[in-house]
Amino acid sequence: MDYFVQQLINGLQLGFVYALIALGYTMVYGIVRLINFAHGDVFMVGAFIGLYTIERFQWPLAAVFVSAIVGCTVLAVLIEQLAYRPLRHAPKIASLITAIGVSLFLEYFTSLRQVFGPNYYSFPRPFPVVSWDWYGILVTNIQAVIFLVTILCLLLLQFIVFRTKMGRAMRAVSFDYVTAGLMGVNVNMVISFTFGLGAALAGVGGVLYGIAYPQVNTFMGFMPGLKAFTAAVLGGIGNIPGAVLGALIMGQSETMVSAYLSSTYRDGIAFVILILVLLWKPTGILGTSRTEKV
Amino acid sequence: MRLLRSLVKTVAAYAFLAGSISLLAEAGFVNPYWVQILELACIVAISAQGLNLIYGYAGLFSLGHAAFYGIGAYTAAYLMKTYGGQSQAAFLAALLAGGGASALVAYLIGLPTLRLTSDYLGIATLGFGIIMKVVFDNADGFLPELGGARGMTGIAKMTTIPWAIFFLLASLLVVRNTIHSSYGRAILSVREDEIAAETMGIDTFRYKMAGFVTGCAFAGVAGGLYAHLYAFLHPSNFDFFKSIDILIIIVLGGLGNMSGTLVASFGWIFLLEGLRVILPPGYVELRWVLIPALLIVTMLMRPQGIFGAYEFPFLRGKGTR
Repeated sequence: MDYFVQQLINGLQLGFVYALIALGYTMVYGIVRLINFAHGDVFMVGAFIGLYTIERFQWPLAAVFVSAIVGCTVLAVLIEQLAYRPLRHAPKIASLITAIGVSLFLEYFTSLRQVFGPNYYSFPRPFPVVSWDWYGILVTNIQAVIFLVTILCLLLLQFIVFRTKMGRAMRAVSFDYVTAGLMGVNVNMVISFTFGLGAALAGVGGVLYGIAYPQVNTFMGFMPGLKAFTAAVLGGIGNIPGAVLGALIMGQSETMVSAYLSSTYRDGIAFVILILVLLWKPTGILGTSRTEKV
Repeated sequence: MRLLRSLVKTVAAYAFLAGSISLLAEAGFVNPYWVQILELACIVAISAQGLNLIYGYAGLFSLGHAAFYGIGAYTAAYLMKTYGGQSQAAFLAALLAGGGASALVAYLIGLPTLRLTSDYLGIATLGFGIIMKVVFDNADGFLPELGGARGMTGIAKMTTIPWAIFFLLASLLVVRNTIHSSYGRAILSVREDEIAAETMGIDTFRYKMAGFVTGCAFAGVAGGLYAHLYAFLHPSNFDFFKSIDILIIIVLGGLGNMSGTLVASFGWIFLLEGLRVILPPGYVELRWVLIPALLIVTMLMRPQGIFGAYEFPFLRGKGTR
């Protein structure tokens, strides 16, 4: 039983990191209907910014998070303006291929020796690790930081999306961007903002991931990115609570499979669950199905 | 008469292509390395025609093509290794069995998933691709010959230029003739507007399934050829990136365009290998920086694909354009 609860906490830790990435996917998809494959690599850049600011500059944790947020936001807005905006009215598949191109470019460009380098780097711990034994269950301060920071981010996101003017504009654009544009919403600006907001969360996620699983390399973003996207689809893409729910399910299922079956099946289980859920609810757990009009 | 004439033309074209390239290779004008690359390009082109049929013509967004490629490869390699030996007839049978296995799995996967729409279908097939990769990784658990994560060895080197070109021409003919038949028009109508097609009395699910299964069978045959080209299989040959490779090829060529798919397959493979030769030593890792950059620029300049709607004359239907 202790073992189970322990795994539950480990799964929660993984799920929270996935949630931070999944939110960026779900918001971008909700607004421009694009699977932004480059998002996982923005997450990777966030982790590397964390690595440099902690190891080289020895900045305090808050400054580390702020620099990862700023770096990732700038990167994502640049990608959006240079690569996606010119294709907004082209067939959707063109943007998707471009997104894959951007993703490969980021991975291989940053793996050049002159940039981040091709090796695995160990991520420094920004604070000494303390673990508390709580009735036989170990909780570390790393997990505490991840839970706190993620929940803070989620509350902030909830506030931005539902309580600010920009959030209202985002929801309007997501609902119908042509009409939103006619109503005076600056659609381009909202789209850039959404990319930036998603990337900021991914940046935080990157730093947290580095702290929790202290090894980074420039290809680290691919699998978490794919799984986070799957989580977003699982929960119902375009739906913010859905992305968090999907990510938590994903984190739990992966951890449980590693703990009770074999870690070789870990990458497969997430997708088995996804396919089963899609068969039962084709638009995800919390997704709403739009009736097709002729 | 017309059938006979086109048959003669096809056989002649095949004999010319296969014969001349084999001769050039025998005589030493083309070095074995490039012959192998050419064979690989043919194989990729077969698989790409399959995805072109699935996504380009039937409009089914599939991100799991490499899984079917892998199923074909492992099936053919297993059959050849255990029963086939070195016989050419057994090789043909093994390739067809590989295609058949892929088609069967595609049918079983299609039954539930083809009801999903666009992006959701893409994610479901992506998921299937990743599950198959995990299955290949653990395949030695149920069939030790498949090697699992260590890779499968001891496969006979059977793939030659004549075999590769034979299946490439066959795939082009099948796609061309399907698309310009009433079957093909039904498939296209489903892509254009599923509801309208259904209103006209077209069994949309059946045609989607037909396109999906045929396209996956191509991937299976191509996989079998691939297995017997390098005589080594590894699960990483069938991961998500291989699906993406094929997707990139068909989008670069122009979706629903056979000529574009054909040219883009060869262009893509020769670009990958050519850059290895062109780039000075020590700069080879720039390959994957240049390729995505080129890909992005091409997409920004020609989002409809390099070929757009242009088809080579021999790939057009009778009385079209």
